[in-house]
Amino acid sequence: MGSRTRPYRALLGARMRAQSSYRASFGLDLVSSLLIGLVELAEVWVLYRAVDEIGGLDLTAALVVFGLADTAFSIADLLVGHVDRLPDYLRAGTFDVFCLRPQPLLAQLITSDISLRRLTRVGVGFAVLIVGLIANDVTLTPSSVLLVLLSLLTGTAICTGIFVAAAGAQFFLIDAAEMTNSVVYGGRYAANQPGSVWSRPLIAVFGFGVPMAFTGYLPTLTLLDLPVPWNLPDWAGWLAPLAAIWMWGLAGLSWRTGTRHYQGGGG
Amino acid sequence: MPIIQTEALTRRFRLRTKGFRSREITAIDDLTISIEAGESVGYIGANGAGKSTTIKMLAGILVPSSGTALTCGLQPVSQRRQLARRLGVVFGQRSQLWWDLPLAESFRILAAIHDLSRDRERERTAELVENMELEEFLATPVRQLSLGQRMRGEVAVALLHSPELLVLDEPTIGLDVVSKQRLREFLLAERAAHGTTLLLTTHDMGDVSRLCERILLVDQGRLAYDGSLAGLSRTVAMRRVLVVDLAEPTPDLHDLPHAEHLGSEADGLRQRLAFDPEVTTAAALLAAVSEQAAVRDLSVEEPDVEDVVRRVYVSRGR
Repeated sequence: MGSRTRPYRALLGARMRAQSSYRASFGLDLVSSLLIGLVELAEVWVLYRAVDEIGGLDLTAALVVFGLADTAFSIADLLVGHVDRLPDYLRAGTFDVFCLRPQPLLAQLITSDISLRRLTRVGVGFAVLIVGLIANDVTLTPSSVLLVLLSLLTGTAICTGIFVAAAGAQFFLIDAAEMTNSVVYGGRYAANQPGSVWSRPLIAVFGFGVPMAFTGYLPTLTLLDLPVPWNLPDWAGWLAPLAAIWMWGLAGLSWRTGTRHYQGGGG
Repeated sequence: MPIIQTEALTRRFRLRTKGFRSREITAIDDLTISIEAGESVGYIGANGAGKSTTIKMLAGILVPSSGTALTCGLQPVSQRRQLARRLGVVFGQRSQLWWDLPLAESFRILAAIHDLSRDRERERTAELVENMELEEFLATPVRQLSLGQRMRGEVAVALLHSPELLVLDEPTIGLDVVSKQRLREFLLAERAAHGTTLLLTTHDMGDVSRLCERILLVDQGRLAYDGSLAGLSRTVAMRRVLVVDLAEPTPDLHDLPHAEHLGSEADGLRQRLAFDPEVTTAAALLAAVSEQAAVRDLSVEEPDVEDVVRRVYVSRGR
């Protein structure tokens, strides 16, 4: 096991050392990513200044949605967010260099970088989650603790899957990062809101296609015993692992097709 | 068994032109070559001749459109990860080093990537650092190295896992004379010590004449010559170029014996004359020039690959 992970530990360690060697800019990045997190939170809060309820959720429930979904996305962003720079890697020939090393290409891409500056963003999401849980008087039972942990874990898996799926598409769509970003970051934005206010196309896309609803909204409903829409059962929040498996199936397919295309058709 | 073997290897690219129309170009056309372990082969050709495409197919980066390639007895694409343990590649234009970190870190990381034991890592790193004379800038971040220093680092890390085959794509491009010479000497020593097979693409006939026993010349994707450098010079005469700076503007020197006037600059103040060293000498040509004009300065240029390729064309009657 140790020797299996040795290459990846070396790669990640190198990136961490490289990032911390630019101390001032690393500090600024930490602060700016904290501020962005707070602004996104303020957006939710401002909406609730005008109304008491959105889509059947009050502010405290919305905080749980935000906390779960944003923590999961931020962890995914920290771990694999850099995969959306794949077009740069292709242009600079870095991807060709990956091909010369005896590790799987995706594993190399994922461990080629790590965005520690996003730590503060994870902190914001997690703090909001804790506040939301306390405000809702969620009792600490084995099942509630398990549901929260499971949601964070599978939510992170779903979001990393989305990043990877988007990266696979970049092999075809050089310079189309804006299109894939609309799904990735649009999904993040949608996931931070109650899913019950989504329009039908949004439900299709972010409820089931790219299953963002399973990163925050649905687990929150199950956790807080709120009515679940879309003809789903009350325990829909527990289905998040299935959503994660589905998302990783899509991600694997997209990545495979993308690398085949690169080796077969690109230049 | 040959270390590189290709059979009718072909690679086509589709280029998008305006709108939805596309045009197909053949980068490598029906290439059949066989290279034995221990050989040292120069793979030469003009820009766009298909050299890098061939290397990418041999390394498993690109899939051939048709035909087959075996590198170290392995299928490059489907057995890419096994091949990576036995193959070293240096791309002159793209770096394998970690830009932000000291050069020494790149050795450490690549040792982990190839899972070398600590002893092997220490031993091999020490050997490469000594032979390549990297000691003085081992602690310098790669982004601060000069091009020559960086290329020495690139070649050294590509050899860290002791590959049996080393492929170099334009390793001396942009290097000064001293750096080129160092790199060549190192490659010769590495080959003598470990029997490493070398395949290098280059524009520099100096690389070829000092490093390679065999030459493969590609032109527009097709193999145009396969044999020794001496054989190539017999077919196309490796011409050198005498560049003379004259004291006064002079009409083009067209009628010199055994020389071809290639061009003039500044009203004939500088003239470029090609000659075949097997037929005449630089001294004889200089004497002939001196009869017609006063020479202020001169230099002699090595033959370049473009010129060789052009003349292979001519000799084949195209």
